[in-house]
Formats: sequence, structure tokens, C-alpha cells
Amino acid sequence: MTDRPLRTIVATDCGSTTTKAILIEKVGNEYRQTYRGEAPTTVEAPFEDVTRGVLNAISEIEELSGRRILEDEKILTPSGIGGDPKAGVDIYISTSSAGGGLQMMVAGVVQSMTGESAQRCALGAGVIVMDVLASNDGRLPHEKIERIRSLRPDMILLSGGTDGGTVTHVVEMAEYISAAEPRPRLGMSYNLPLIYAGNKDGRERIKEILGKKTALTITENLRPTMERENLVPARTKIHDLFLEHVMAQAPGYRRLIEWAGAPIMPTPAAVGLIMETIAKKQGINLIGVDIGGATTDVFSIFQGIFNRTVSANLGMSYSISNVMAESGLENIMRWVPFSIDEQDLRNRIKNKMIRPTTVPQTLEELMIEQAIAREALRLALGHHKTLATGLKGVQQERSISDVFDQKGSGQTLINMLQLDLIVGSGGILSHAPRRVQSMLMMVDAYEPLGFTELSVDSIFMMPHLGVLSTVNEQAAMEVFVHDCMIYLGTCIAPIGQGKQGERCLEYTAALPGGPVQGTLKFGELRLLPLGLNEEAMVQVTPARNVDVGAGRGEAVHRRARGGVVGLMLDGRGRPLNLPSRLEDRVGLLKKWHETLNLYPT
Amino acid sequence: MAHSYTPGLTVTPRTLVARKRLLPIPGVVLVQEGESVSSDKVVARAELPGKVHVVNVVNLLGILPEDLKEFMVKREGERVEQGQVLAENKPLIKWFKSTVVSPITGSVETISNSTGQVLLREPPRRLDLFSYVDGRVVEVIPGQGVRIETTCAFVQGIFGVGGETWGTLVMVATSPEQPLEAGQLTSEHAGKIVIGGAFVGAEALQRAKAVGVKGLVVGGMHDKDLRSLLGYDLGVAITGTENIGFTLVLTEGFGQIPMASKTFELLHALNGRKASISGATQIRAGVIRPEIIVPRGSEESINTADLSGQVRAGAKIGDPVRVIREPFFGRIGEVVALPSDLLMIPTESHVRVMEIVFADGTKAVVPRANVEIIEGS
Repeated sequence: MTDRPLRTIVATDCGSTTTKAILIEKVGNEYRQTYRGEAPTTVEAPFEDVTRGVLNAISEIEELSGRRILEDEKILTPSGIGGDPKAGVDIYISTSSAGGGLQMMVAGVVQSMTGESAQRCALGAGVIVMDVLASNDGRLPHEKIERIRSLRPDMILLSGGTDGGTVTHVVEMAEYISAAEPRPRLGMSYNLPLIYAGNKDGRERIKEILGKKTALTITENLRPTMERENLVPARTKIHDLFLEHVMAQAPGYRRLIEWAGAPIMPTPAAVGLIMETIAKKQGINLIGVDIGGATTDVFSIFQGIFNRTVSANLGMSYSISNVMAESGLENIMRWVPFSIDEQDLRNRIKNKMIRPTTVPQTLEELMIEQAIAREALRLALGHHKTLATGLKGVQQERSISDVFDQKGSGQTLINMLQLDLIVGSGGILSHAPRRVQSMLMMVDAYEPLGFTELSVDSIFMMPHLGVLSTVNEQAAMEVFVHDCMIYLGTCIAPIGQGKQGERCLEYTAALPGGPVQGTLKFGELRLLPLGLNEEAMVQVTPARNVDVGAGRGEAVHRRARGGVVGLMLDGRGRPLNLPSRLEDRVGLLKKWHETLNLYPT
Repeated sequence: MAHSYTPGLTVTPRTLVARKRLLPIPGVVLVQEGESVSSDKVVARAELPGKVHVVNVVNLLGILPEDLKEFMVKREGERVEQGQVLAENKPLIKWFKSTVVSPITGSVETISNSTGQVLLREPPRRLDLFSYVDGRVVEVIPGQGVRIETTCAFVQGIFGVGGETWGTLVMVATSPEQPLEAGQLTSEHAGKIVIGGAFVGAEALQRAKAVGVKGLVVGGMHDKDLRSLLGYDLGVAITGTENIGFTLVLTEGFGQIPMASKTFELLHALNGRKASISGATQIRAGVIRPEIIVPRGSEESINTADLSGQVRAGAKIGDPVRVIREPFFGRIGEVVALPSDLLMIPTESHVRVMEIVFADGTKAVVPRANVEIIEGS
């Protein structure tokens, strides 16, 4: 891809509640994000026109920057129009998740095979998967039909069968869909878009069954053989249909599509794209998380394989009560250095759910919210691990060495020891009063192993940069590195368990302020000063039964990157077990908080 | 004058409310534009396709899918009664004859020679869409529904469960602070919408169900009582379809919280009037809050000032507000200052704040995000 020459770019993300606009300008030889504006999204009544919110957000940028971008409610292009260097932009681009994002139902034949492949395909396209139907999902035929009828998705993805295999089961699924007479979520007057990406031998039958009842699109099989997934063609079709059918139904979107100089992308698809670009450019394994009010999206790239999941009901406001329901109160309270009456806490969480825009005013409330965030992050990663797997049902070649350690197909791809970078995004991580709070939330929730870098997105501009990368990758990468990502530092976490106070590892670090060395004991957290844009060589020698990545007792000598927090040595053991006795746990939490200067005293 | 854009819930004695009543699938509209309708009037009707039943005929007859059509007695589109023969084999010896009968009365939807299944469909079900409020049809959307307007007293709650219903309002609380006790609910309250004060507990909820009230409106409740009422822990605030025997509207939130005196006084004044209520709550974009709509007679005309409850102008000095987060949760006060600079609060976040004086004369500084205006004054 050749980058389009651009000097000034305006990008928006039309979220469910807020439309966020950013201005990117070429400053000297580099692209930088210079101004931002936001306004309420206007998809719903009384405005019912998404462009109103976009214009409002852009006019905020106009006021702040002094650049004239709008004229007669249209975006002025190109930059420097009419000879005025402070007028116009070269391109306008946008992402959208307004109106609840793109919601789909996917169907396959075998749940753990084509069902999962279809789910991965849709999730990677930035979709919220409402349900996965499969021949063997345990539901009776009439239950499946009732479910399809009641869902009202924006689109359906039907897959099933490998090419040349039996068509019976995928035809059966098509018959159920046909019998359900599914209706689209938005609008009554058009047929529901349905993508068929199953056994190619089934295409004619599928056309007969669904051709008249749905807006049918046929594409390549997403699982042509048991050993291979082919998700790109179906994903591309999802994006095409998102623009042609779904977005075109939403109020004002036709105009927005006309304005945009590149196809409008679903927000999570754009975030996924920028994460994938970074991981590939830097040759690293990465986990990204975006924890919002309603949902938590997790992205991962391991060995070049991209995966995305969305935990639709794990979030910090609308869905906060569901985090409590899924994790249990005890798991939340284990992170809080005080006790609280259960009924009081439950009422507080429900009150946050029904009044989602409120903010913690007291330290106690902040600690509770951050404890809930740890659980939401933990649960969402657990969910991600179950779907980010190798293909299931694949024949495995065995050798004699597998006799004692046979692994089935479909193991998770998420290997925390090989993870290089965690990128956190979303209000609770991006706007924590102290950056060290964001770092510890992610360390506690994800329990990284060995050496892992951590960072946060400064003002949630990853969607904008994702769509920008489709027209100018250089601009997207430069802004990402300079203005979007804030490095927090590196966490060094040994694998192993030991008694409190026992030796865990010895370390020496050539820090810019002078070399340091010491002993980290079990149960200890320690923070070494290693600032933004600084690096240090670190030598770690673990105790006999402890592993920092090279094997038990084996020393590791490598470079560590600093950040706004520093170098965190985590001697709390892996897996991380907190004492069950309240007094012991509270004592330890207080000690860690004090060491890290986590909260004001 | 300083303003802050703070959301609020409307509580107003008179306003104009419009409600779009739309069918889930296309149907017919049964009323005309300009027609006066009462809440129980069916304004539109649709036919929901009947439930589908799947019969695996090839397995039952032991035949191949491609031969299925030869064995079918009924054809696609044909009507079928429960117990009627759908398909049968044709053995040489009569004793070996087997038949497949229809489990339902309906019609044959499809006969599949790929899967060997026969899909039967029950007759369509009629779906009646009620007016829900007493008012006037101001717009007909052909095939889809209508828009109805009503001049009414209007109270928005913060959270509710249960769907739309209507009935007579009965005030049983003597003050906004008084909790609703089980003993206050009697057989006289069957079919009524009961207004309590600060709180409803598990026992009173059980009693309301036993008595057969149509609706309950109170200040607050405990989360644990909601859990036992629903039978599950509500994770996401999307409600309105619960089947709990009545509709419940909370005006303040979770916990024991006195009903805002303005809400209480308005509902007190409307005692004995017919109301339409809905517990439907949705807190994502396109917010839906539970509501109490009490139609006023057309003789009680409204002026523009009465519509102020629908326009969210933002908080001004002197506005009545309710704090909606700890440490002052549930307290009602008046705005005395709206400093424009960001202020650091104890969490170390820098936020916009307002200064409030409470009824007892004490003052507090609260993030603007943690306050809601009591609107419609």
C-alpha cells in the first residue's frame, strides 16, 4: 500500500454516547495529533442525524485550533483551500459504534469448529456476537428457531462444513434461519443481510432456501479444510455489508459516508487494525484491552495471529453490576484494603449502573471501582483465552516425545511468558488519577510472567489511528508512538511460589541514575526509577524453584524499557494468591500500596 | 449566569408527552389521525408468524432424504391438524406400515430432501398494540404504528422493572421518608398503582404480588430484594419485560432513600387519578427511564413554561438538585456556586464541581457528574 500524501487530517469516532474528533497535522517532518474536540452522539431522537454530533465535535476543534474546517455544514477540502493555510483538511475519516455497534448472529455446524471459526471471523470484524448457533449446541430445533427470531441482529453469518464435505447440516441450519423469518434490528422495510461462508457445495441449496427471504451474499468458505481458517473474505464482506445495509439505515450515515475519504469502519475493527499493525511492525506479541462502560474488548497478536473478543456485559458503568454477578463479591473485595457491608456495596454498584456517568469522589469509592476493573479485566482475558486458540478438530502428528505430555488441538495461543506488551485503554485505565494505579490494575488482573512492558492509550484515539492506517500508515504510526501511547514501564514477575519473606530473586539494574542491586523477597513489590524513553540492562537471578523466563533458577539478562511509572519487580508469586484471612490480606495490600505510592495518604 | 450541563429526571405537573407506538413487524393501524384513544384501545395489530416444529420424517420412517417427497401425504403449504398423518411408508405387507403424524395444528412449511426434515408452523398469533396512554393520535405511520400525544403530569423514575400497565393511583405513604410496610397493602389495592415513600422491602413486595397490585412506586429498595424478586442478579440495566406480577418504579435508586419531596407532593396531589406506568429502563445510548403518566383534562391547558421539564438547560444557581453518589448519596439540596475551574477532589482527579447547600444548612462540594437536577420546576 502506498500512503496518500496528506498534511492535515480530521478523524472522528462516533461512539454510543460521545463523538470524538481529533486533528492530525504534519509538524515539520512528523505527523502529530494537535487538537481534539468532542460532542454528544446524535443518532437518537431528538436529532436523529449522526452528522450533527460530528459537526459539533469538529467545530470544537475549529475553535481551539483557529483552523476553518467547516463551511455550510460541509467539510472543506483540501488543506489550504482558497490560499488560506489555516483552512480545510486533506481528508476526513471516521469509525462508528453508535447505536450499539454492529450486532450479529453467527451459525456453524460443529460448535467448536465452524461455530468458533465463524465467531472469530465476526469478532475480528469488530462485531458484537449476539449468539452462536450450531447443530450440536444442545438446543432443540424449535429453540434455535425461536432464538433466531427473537434476536433481531444487524446481520447473520452462516458457515458450516468443509469444502467437499457433507452439506446436510449446513442446509439444516439454513432451514431453521428461513423458518425463523429473521428481521433486521433497524428498519422494517429491507431484508436482513446474510453472508454464507460455508461448504461451497451447499451454495445452490442455500440460494434456494434463503435467497428470497434474506439479502444473501455468498463468499469463500471460512473453514475450507479442518486444518485451515480463511477468515478474510467473510470479514471483508461483513465490512461491505455494514456500510451498504446497516449504516445506510442509521440516521445521517449516508451523508457521513459521502464525506469520508475512506470507508467508515466499526470502531473495534479499527482498534484491532492499529494493534495488529504495531505488533507486526515491531515483531512483538501483544495484548490490548479497551474497557468501556458497557463492554470490554480484548485484542491479541501472538506469533502474528490476530484475535479479538468482546465481553459484551463486562464494563465499568452500564454493565458494572454484571461484573459483580460474574466475579462474585469476594473476588472484588480481595483487592480492597478495608471491609464494607455487603448490602451497602451491592447498592452502591447498582446505583453506579443506573447512573453511569458519576465519578468516585472519595478514595474508598475509587479503590472499589479499581477493584471492580481488575475483575472485569481478568474475566475478559479469561474469555479471550478460550477463543484465541489454535484450530480444534485438527489431526495432530504425534512423536514418541508426546507420550507423557499429549496436548489436544485447540490450545490457547495466549502465552503470558511470551507476551511483550500490554496496551490498556478505556476511562478507568486512561484516566486513573495516578498512572501507577493503571499499571497495578493490569498487573493484578493479567498476572504477566517474566518481562512485560505496559502502556495506556492517552485519550482513546486508537480507532481514529486504525482507520487512518488504511490511508496513511506512516501518519498513523507516528501519532501512535508520540501522542497516543504512554509507556508505563516494565513489570518483572517471576513464576513460582514461596513463603512470605523468602528469597525470590537477586537483581542488578544499570539504571540511568546509577546501578542498583538487591534481593526481592516473596510477597514484595518494588518499584525502580526508570523513566520515559529510558532503558536499562537488567540481570535477574531467580531462586532455585523460580522461573523468570529461562527456566527454574536460570538467570536472565535483558534490556527493560522504562516509562512514567518505572520498573516494577513483582515478588508476589505466580499464580498470584492473596491471603484468605482478612487481616493478613489488608495488611499486605496496605504495604504494597505504600511501596508503590499508589494512593494519596 | 453559570450553567452546568447536568442530566436530570423530569417531575412536572403538566407537560405534553408524545409516545411512538410501533409494531415489531409490519401490520395494520386501526385508528385515525386526530382520534382520541384510551390506554386500553388497540391502535395497531400484527400477525406474528406461528411457532415452528421440526419433524425428522426420514428417521422416523427409516428412509433416505432424497426419497422423502414420495412418502409425504401432506404437501408444502397444506393445512394439517394435530394427529393427522403427515407421511407414511408403502410396505408390501400392511402390518409393516408406519406413519408419522403431525404434533400440531398448523401448516406444512417446508419439506427438505436435503435434511429429511419437515417443518410445521402453528397458526399466526395476533399481536395487539395498545395505546398505553389516554391521548390523541397525532400521526399514523402506515403499517407500523402511531404517535400519541397527551397533556399530562409526568414523573420519570430512575429504575424500574415490569412492563406497561395502567390503573388508579393510590397514595399510602404519609411522608416521603416513610417506608412501605406489607401491612399497608390490602385487597383494596388490587388492580391499583400504589405509591409508597422511601423504601420497599422483601415482605412488602411479596404482599404486593399476593394482593394483585398493578404497580408500585417508591424511593428505593435493596439490591438483594430485587434479586429475590427477579430470581437472578440483574447484570445490565435493560428491563421492561420481567414477569413479576406488577410494575415497579424506583424514583431515587438503591438503598433506603426518601422520595424527593417534589415527586412525593405531585403524586400525592394526583391520588385517585388514572395513570399509565412503565418500568422499562435502558441506560445505554437512547436512554429509557421508567415513567408515570397521569393525563390531565383538555380543559387544563398548558403554556410554554410548562414544557420546561423536557428541555435540559443545565444547572443554575438556586436549582434544586439531588446528589447521586457517595458520600452524600440521596441528599437533596440547592446549588449555591458553580466554579468554572477544575478542582482536585480527594481521589486526586481534577473535575468540575458545584457547591450545594443541604436543607440542614450544611454545605458540600460535589463533582457535577454526581448531581442531577430535579427538573420540571
